[in-house]
Amino acid sequence: MDIKELNKVKEKNLKLLANKRIMVCSGTGCTSSKSDVLLANLKKAIKISGVKNLSVEKTGCFGFCAKGPIVVIDPDEIFYEMVKPEDALDIVNSIIEGKIIDRLLAEEKEQLVKKWHELNFYNKQERIALKNCGKINPEKIEEYIALDGYQALYKALNMSRDEVINEINLSGLRGRGGAGFPTGRKWQFTKEAESDIKYVCCNADEGDPGAFMDRSILEGDPHSVIEAMTIAAYAVGAKQGYIYVRAEYPIAVERLTIAINQAKEKGLLGKNIFGKGLDFQLELRLGAGAFVCGEETALMNSIEGKRGEPRPRPPFPAVKGLFEKPTLLNNVETYANIPKIILNGGNWYSKIGTEHSKGTKVFALGGNINNVGLVEVPMGTTLREIVYDIGGGIPGGKRFKAAQTGGPSGGCIPAEHLDTPIDYESLNKIGSMMGSGGLIIMDESKCMVNLAKFFLEFTVDESCGKCPPCRIGTKRMLEILTRITEGKGKEGDIEKLEHLAENIKKASLCGLGQTAPNPVLSTLKYYRDEYEAHIKEKRCPAGECKALTQVHIDPEKCKQCGICAKNCPVGAIDGEVRKGPFKINQEKCIKCGICITKCPFKAISK
Amino acid sequence: MSKKEMVTLTIDGKEVTVKKGTTILEAAREIDIDIPTLCFLKEINEVGNCRMCLVEIEGVKGFKASCVYPAEDGLVVRTNTKELIDTKRTILELLLSSHEKKCLTCVRSTNCRLQDLCRRFEIPDLEYEGEMPEADLDDSSNCIVRNTAKCILCRRCVNICKKVQGVSAINNLNRGFHSKVGVALNMGMRQSTCVGCGQCIIHCPVGALTEKSNVGSLREALADPSKHVVIQTAPAVRATIGEEFGMPIGSLVQGKMVAALRRLGFDKVFDTDLGADITIMEEATEFISRLNEGRDLPMITSCSSGWITFAEKFYPECLNHLSTTKSPMEILGTLIKTYYARKQGIDPKDIYSVALMPCSAKKAEIIRDELKLEDGIQAVDNVITTREMARMLKEANIDLAALDEEEYDAPLSVATGAGHIFGTTGGVMEAALRSVSYILDKTEIENVEFKNLRGTKGIKQAEINIAGKKHKIAISQGLANASKLLDQIKAGTSEYSFIEIMTCPGGCVNGGGQPIVDEYKASKIDVIGLRAKALYSADKKSKYRRSYQNPAVKDLYNDFLDSPNSKKAHKLLHTHYNKQEVYVEGK
Repeated sequence: MDIKELNKVKEKNLKLLANKRIMVCSGTGCTSSKSDVLLANLKKAIKISGVKNLSVEKTGCFGFCAKGPIVVIDPDEIFYEMVKPEDALDIVNSIIEGKIIDRLLAEEKEQLVKKWHELNFYNKQERIALKNCGKINPEKIEEYIALDGYQALYKALNMSRDEVINEINLSGLRGRGGAGFPTGRKWQFTKEAESDIKYVCCNADEGDPGAFMDRSILEGDPHSVIEAMTIAAYAVGAKQGYIYVRAEYPIAVERLTIAINQAKEKGLLGKNIFGKGLDFQLELRLGAGAFVCGEETALMNSIEGKRGEPRPRPPFPAVKGLFEKPTLLNNVETYANIPKIILNGGNWYSKIGTEHSKGTKVFALGGNINNVGLVEVPMGTTLREIVYDIGGGIPGGKRFKAAQTGGPSGGCIPAEHLDTPIDYESLNKIGSMMGSGGLIIMDESKCMVNLAKFFLEFTVDESCGKCPPCRIGTKRMLEILTRITEGKGKEGDIEKLEHLAENIKKASLCGLGQTAPNPVLSTLKYYRDEYEAHIKEKRCPAGECKALTQVHIDPEKCKQCGICAKNCPVGAIDGEVRKGPFKINQEKCIKCGICITKCPFKAISK
Repeated sequence: MSKKEMVTLTIDGKEVTVKKGTTILEAAREIDIDIPTLCFLKEINEVGNCRMCLVEIEGVKGFKASCVYPAEDGLVVRTNTKELIDTKRTILELLLSSHEKKCLTCVRSTNCRLQDLCRRFEIPDLEYEGEMPEADLDDSSNCIVRNTAKCILCRRCVNICKKVQGVSAINNLNRGFHSKVGVALNMGMRQSTCVGCGQCIIHCPVGALTEKSNVGSLREALADPSKHVVIQTAPAVRATIGEEFGMPIGSLVQGKMVAALRRLGFDKVFDTDLGADITIMEEATEFISRLNEGRDLPMITSCSSGWITFAEKFYPECLNHLSTTKSPMEILGTLIKTYYARKQGIDPKDIYSVALMPCSAKKAEIIRDELKLEDGIQAVDNVITTREMARMLKEANIDLAALDEEEYDAPLSVATGAGHIFGTTGGVMEAALRSVSYILDKTEIENVEFKNLRGTKGIKQAEINIAGKKHKIAISQGLANASKLLDQIKAGTSEYSFIEIMTCPGGCVNGGGQPIVDEYKASKIDVIGLRAKALYSADKKSKYRRSYQNPAVKDLYNDFLDSPNSKKAHKLLHTHYNKQEVYVEGK
């Protein structure tokens, strides 16, 4: 394919994109809420109605996952939420009739919102990495081409390799996998390494609990990653690339496979791309789900067919990486920014964000928040804006307690730092980290000791076992945390935790171990009193640790109705109706809290 | 060396100039700074996983593992800051928290790297006790016992088995806290590709790997008055057992060893080296007939037990290349229960025949069916390693080092220098070449020292002259090197006539049953070289240096065996090999 053909495809499909199209989110989240059945039903409904010039298309994640499945009717961007397979006929009919179905519209501040970009959820967002998600069918390369796809590659191939790298340097883009290393410098190092063979790799082994940024990009816009990797291959001098993607992402794997095949068919991968002499082959490698394989050296071991565990650095991958050859490794989201940077210039990108953190960042917003979903915001957006303006605040009228960024490697941000701008430096300063983009919100009912324990459980499970600090140290930390949450904490346990944490950080071989203690250290930093309450008073202030919680019925408030006893799953509530207040048998009680929710008189509490 | 290839760095305030590519750890060792290590094994296990060798480097973030960090010009390194020491103490405490701390009853006590470091770092208390990882005690092998409760997961065993031996019997299983070293699919060592060489044992820094002990049955036999208990001693043991009694590495203690064994209660002490001389007579004769008939060439030596198992498991298609001659131990064992028994008028069933070996693989060799004698009895009843014997002597209050030298017992006592050098790589080939021309046409070669066959190069090759014809020969040590030669045979490209294969690097002087030398100490001295030197000096001192000159050999053939490769010799001194089906990784 040459540029003329590319432009021809672009023009032709740009027109098609302007047609009436029903875009159905076909990401993992919406698919699990039956958007695939909905899609089939919509196709049937169109067929039955016999309507012409109306098509239905799969598309990538809209981000408003809490209200999925999402359907958008283009080109008017009519936004429907929580659409069920049964709604298919109504949707098709409404389009024929030129109407809007009110019951499927989103409601904000008691107002129905008709269009996608009118939603408050998107107000403070800026979609660069997610630009095409929701707009194109990711299984059709033509639609990607229609929205400037592969133009950046053509442009790059007409620049010198140094010019390409210079644009990346100018953009200020930093690695979105978590560590935030300047992307341009990584490219530069790999380019400078002398070798007959080099590799370009993509880290799609997204493993943080609750994170799905990379999955959504791969599901919604796989070609952006392929195009970026091809640009990178040109810049650093590689002929072979690998995308290391988790096998637990079947939709992403399928779309990537389709996309790679389509790119090959069009000559956008393979030999002599755009007739410019660039040869580049791209293959998928599926990971078996080990978190540590997201660590770059472990990832490369895994691609080589070895045990997925890290190796010491130096040598760094840019010097001696995959199969001992210089290797460029970037994460999915990093790559997704590249075509836009090349097309619009590094200067354009560098105008977004803060002084040292440029561009946007995608976050998977989860936990105790109304709008669970995927958001992309400019660097520097405050946590408060994300939680309240985008996320819609905390459900149930509860108070915000903390946000956890960086997953098991990160830390928590307490309410006092809600106005911290989200960028690499600011998060580091308050003891957390950017991480790959997991953002978990916790309300006041969450115990921070238990939170630390949760993340430690994860790292203990995911430690590869190669070095003793991580293999044994995290296990010992978990044992201490467990006994604290079970009311068996001892004087000196906090100091032991701190001592172990500091040494594990310093002594571990790879990033997994070096950051594993962070959730403990950061919760200790901000919630030391909670730890102390557990240890000294055998009390869990948040009421989450079951061993330290007692459920009580207030005899004053109890109206002796017996509803609590009827609902108790273990028969732990004693008493007879109208014969005196009910009482909870603490030995039997499993602290499930059902009685608390069932009591009509709010007489029961923890 | 040009200046460009050297780098100068500062370690603990001291400047050191080393070759580019040297690690910080090795640079430190050059100025006698002993940075603690647990996992490091030069060129075999340079993985940086134990974290004991961490150092601080000025301008570099975090602690770095010095065993894998290249020395660079101008680096300023600290190895002993308070923070480093504190961190290392914590690592040791953590290792101890998941280690079976039965030091008092551990065979490696006082020769344990972990114990040594704990003493060095003064671990005050066991701070972090907790759950112990699930452990396996695998004693399914006849040679090696693995107790993962003591394993510290340094991976030396895994990598020596993989890289040096090309066997990969054991590997890293599971992950995280449940990590362990074991055989694929949690099978026992008996079902694995293990050849029993014991290189894993002598490189284990702790007591997780030991030989399968046969000491108990020997104690019983020695105490049983109805048994005639005899022992034979392998060539290499006389060069090493002194180490266990505080003597310097490379001490030749043949006479002291004989005296010690006699004191322990053996009725007779015989020399395996005589068996080696007979091996030469048989093997050289066999080689000549193969040369004449042009069949099954190259011929490969068959005295190294691990190698036989390796061939049966990995190269069953090449078994016809192996010499059918039994190993020196089996030859002597056979002669003890036939020739000697008859001569002494003892029922072979009443003889308890022991072999003192540098080797753990020999423990499996003696129970092979093909090696059983006429009425199903074993030629050798018990194999005791150098280490086991040293422990037995100590428990019997025998200080080998203090004893006066004594002689072996007739009639299996006289050996030549050729027999002595069987214990080192290249020795079997050299011994054979000293005799082959004579056996062929009574030509006496003048120079018996084949210096080009000596030394510890992985594969050595040479050209020799037999009856006016040139032949290429090769010598390999470490089974990964053997594989290279075997692959050539399989591919039909081998240009050799005769190959010596030794299982262990350096040969038997470095066998899996030999005294264990701490890695740091071993990095400072040439352990294999010194031990081999002791054997070459024994050779030099010998009255006879060619096997065919040995009067005991002559007597044996005259009285009993007829002639080399005779019908009787074939029946008693030769064997055959069988393919062993195992799961081989990647095949």
